Amino acid sequence: MKYSLFSRAAFFGVAAVLAGSISELRAEDTSSLITQGKYVAEASDCSACHTVTGRGDFAGGMEFKLPIGSIYSSNITPDPTHGIGAYSEAEFSRAVREGVRRDGASLYPAMPFPSYARMSDGDIHALYVYLMKGVQPVAQATPHNGIPWPLSIRLPMTIWRAVFSPSVVAAQKDVNRSLPNDGIGRGAYLVEGPGHCGACHSPRGLALQEKSLSNSSGSLFLSGGAAIDGFVPTSLRQDQRTGLAGWSEDDIVQFLATGRNQRGEAFGGMTDAIFHGTQHLTDADLHAMAQYLLSLRPNQSTLSAWHYDPSTATALQAGDASAQGAKVYVDHCAACHRSDGRGYAPAFPPLAGNPVLMSDDPASLVHIVQSGAVLPGMARAPSALAMPAYGSTISTQQIADVVTFIRKAWGNNASPVTRETVENLQKTAPDSVIQKGIIPLN
Amino acid sequence: MCAKKVDAIVIGAGWAGSILAKELTEAGLSVVMLERGDERATAVEGDYPSSIDELRGAIRHRLFQNLSQSTVTIRNTLDQEALPYRRLAAFLPGEGVGGAGLHWSGVHFRVAPDDLALRTNVVARYGKNFIPEGMNLQDYGVTYEELEPFFDKAEKVFGTSGEPYTINGKIAGNGNRFAPDRSDAFPLPAMGEVYSASLFRSAASNVGYHPYALPAANASAQYTNPYGVQMGPCNFCGYCSGYDCYMYSKASPNVNILPALRQDPKFTLITKAHVLKVNLDADKKKATGVSYLDLRTRQQVELDADLVIISAFQFHNVHLMLLSGIGQPYDPKQNTGTVGRNFVYQTITTSRAWLSPKQYTNLFVGAGGAGVAIDDFNSMNFDHGPLGFVGGSPVWVNQAGVKPIAAAIGGPGGKAPTWGEGYKDAMVDTYRHSLTIDAHGSNMAYRDVYLDLDPTYNNAYGQPLLRMTFNWKDNDIRMNQYVVGKIEPIIKAMGATKYSLGMLKDGEVFDTRRYQTTHLGGGAVMGTDPKTSCINRYLQSWDVSNVFVIGASAFPQGMGYNPTGMVAALAYWAAYHIRTTYLKNPGPMVQA
Repeated sequence: MKYSLFSRAAFFGVAAVLAGSISELRAEDTSSLITQGKYVAEASDCSACHTVTGRGDFAGGMEFKLPIGSIYSSNITPDPTHGIGAYSEAEFSRAVREGVRRDGASLYPAMPFPSYARMSDGDIHALYVYLMKGVQPVAQATPHNGIPWPLSIRLPMTIWRAVFSPSVVAAQKDVNRSLPNDGIGRGAYLVEGPGHCGACHSPRGLALQEKSLSNSSGSLFLSGGAAIDGFVPTSLRQDQRTGLAGWSEDDIVQFLATGRNQRGEAFGGMTDAIFHGTQHLTDADLHAMAQYLLSLRPNQSTLSAWHYDPSTATALQAGDASAQGAKVYVDHCAACHRSDGRGYAPAFPPLAGNPVLMSDDPASLVHIVQSGAVLPGMARAPSALAMPAYGSTISTQQIADVVTFIRKAWGNNASPVTRETVENLQKTAPDSVIQKGIIPLN
Repeated sequence: MCAKKVDAIVIGAGWAGSILAKELTEAGLSVVMLERGDERATAVEGDYPSSIDELRGAIRHRLFQNLSQSTVTIRNTLDQEALPYRRLAAFLPGEGVGGAGLHWSGVHFRVAPDDLALRTNVVARYGKNFIPEGMNLQDYGVTYEELEPFFDKAEKVFGTSGEPYTINGKIAGNGNRFAPDRSDAFPLPAMGEVYSASLFRSAASNVGYHPYALPAANASAQYTNPYGVQMGPCNFCGYCSGYDCYMYSKASPNVNILPALRQDPKFTLITKAHVLKVNLDADKKKATGVSYLDLRTRQQVELDADLVIISAFQFHNVHLMLLSGIGQPYDPKQNTGTVGRNFVYQTITTSRAWLSPKQYTNLFVGAGGAGVAIDDFNSMNFDHGPLGFVGGSPVWVNQAGVKPIAAAIGGPGGKAPTWGEGYKDAMVDTYRHSLTIDAHGSNMAYRDVYLDLDPTYNNAYGQPLLRMTFNWKDNDIRMNQYVVGKIEPIIKAMGATKYSLGMLKDGEVFDTRRYQTTHLGGGAVMGTDPKTSCINRYLQSWDVSNVFVIGASAFPQGMGYNPTGMVAALAYWAAYHIRTTYLKNPGPMVQA
């Protein structure tokens, strides 16, 4: 606590100097800072939460449903009343890196300030200049949080912050730890810091704190997280079967740039992370992130590698659909994903050896089958490809059967899924592709 | 009303419009594309399995033009009163984003080079007197060599599957030996051949013809086109024609161009925008923009532009020119004017062969663009001298997937009973063991076959409907009969147990109640003479130089090939010349 306060005071000094100088910047400096800050905003995926279609860029209003009520992302446009126009750079930095609002209240940790604490002063400065001068102010109030008193009292958040969020100094010290090379160092900064990948891909503790905020504190970091909107973030470590073992550097780069590659396609919240964030990053930064991810040793070192098993394809191609779920698979899935499970990547993703399908938790797979999925068009891959939702056309038992089939076939050898599991997952099914209202126009 | 101003307006969101809009935004222009129908997305229209609900689809016209708002009137001869086409049958124009390019089958030809200068070639070989009285035989005014780069570009955008014959003068494959030379291979290998097509290939070869794989804009493998958009591979489900492809395998503006175009901030697509007319300045030499009806608000909207591209379906292009007063309407009696002149169609007749009960053709299998064809009787590939007609037909097995309701409506064919056990057995036999062979041929232009404004009937917006005056003519009937006669030996070589030959009969009258083809053409044809063409060789209006009219409306004759490949190449050709010449110095690109 003491350490934290000290760091804040020290930072105040630096930021005050910066804030004082901002109005005196030459036009070209501002312009290049805005460009730089826009890039920081993209690397930090700000708009995934702070931009809602129809409300204006960065005007906030995205709903986060919590068991205790809903909270909403805030308006971070430079509007002085509803946005952050009145924030000094020091106040802005404190909000982003320490989770403290201008009025002193603590932010809910839906804002990933424990990760953003790692962001450099230079990036924070550029981000501040961009949000203040490169973004149109939107005079629109953030919806009131729907958390009833006394749960709405933010004091517990302050305690949470003190316990679980690192001080800026501590975070910066970890950023500057020794790493094998500059590429991995840059990658670590992007992934652990602005990219806040761990917010979804790291396991969380009882107080919903990320159990690990950096690879320096062990292999739980990025070892896979709990379901978000029904979808289960996979391990980004070198875990066999359920992680990124077997992905090449180029595979990861292509995935972050376009949401699709030879091994799979993005779905759920990852599509937003790519759409708003990583697709805008330079190839050099994407390669750095990939190099860093490839350097992460497995969390579950006992898992054996996936090997393709041809027996499923042999049976299906011989007309033998007697395996549980095989007939549903042939009728509904095989046209795109093929009897050999290899799909037509990157248009239609492979199911054979796909880490999403071999996870212990079948939620992602069940949700994709029942609700469908859409990969939005990206700048470098404009096609928005959709998988149809089967929730209303095949039965619960059929979903359980086909998901069991997919999890078992081609060497996937993951556990069967019962009808009861599917029934439970139906209650939390995401809206189907067409229900979402924003139809991919392709 | 205060009109908004953009650089270019593109009317119609089909192939031609999408290509022009893409090219013009690439050139830096702000482009508004107006589409009177709805937005169309594969996630919705191609939502499997409801996407292949035949009743909702082709039978109830899910993707076709809504005739309750606007249609055409049709008559066979000048002395008749035309009546409205109230029920879609003979041809199926599209509506909505993608237009007919969303529900087409996907046969993607280039052009037979001789067809581009058909008049010149016929006169050179057979003399001027060979041309029947009343036939308006004309040249396009553009050569295959000029168009080749644009055919190539279109194939790469469409992800076309095919087998070449020659590339840069060297034999490169077992493709169509009548096809013109290519500068590059097809972007994808030819589609696989279903059983019926492979039977046709060997039988046609055995009787001395030259079979080749139909070039198909159905992807034989997954594909990423030059715009970066992706296609999945075709699985021969048979739901091409009349449907949105749920596999993203059939090329459409929606899948192949619009995903890239929509990312361009200079591009705006407005749906439910029915263009009423192109607005002209006082002396009718320049277009100032368009007036359209916002079908959501029922408000008329004025939109100004420096450049107007008319790129709707063939007859809508002609209709819009007539409603707008662009050019002089054609008068068949005086033989003056050009708008509506040379309205053409295609001849298409289907023959059927039944095989032994051990041979399964399984007609539900198929792909709209795939098959095997011969060109031995197309274009100028055979000697017309002793035959005394102009034109020709490719012949093919194009097993596109026969859906159950369509099969039932078509009936078992042949001399089968029309009810009872015998009918049912024959239905099963036909569906499992028969195949069809089409003669898909040309249709020449005639002085008394044309388009004009109907004197009686209006559309829902109070504008006169377009009137079609169309009938079959002796030249084309004899051509069809001749080519169908050449199918008989192929069927025999297949070892068919029985067969029926479909052909036009002497004196046959055009019947709107039976589906034939949606390949309508002409009416706003391109050419080198402003007395016989509406638009110059760059598809620019002779009369209003900032209007370009893109589509099959530019064809002076109905060719034997399916038109979409030619439409796409002409669209890229026109766009290229707009970009490289017109925009630098707007005005007529050819002096009249």
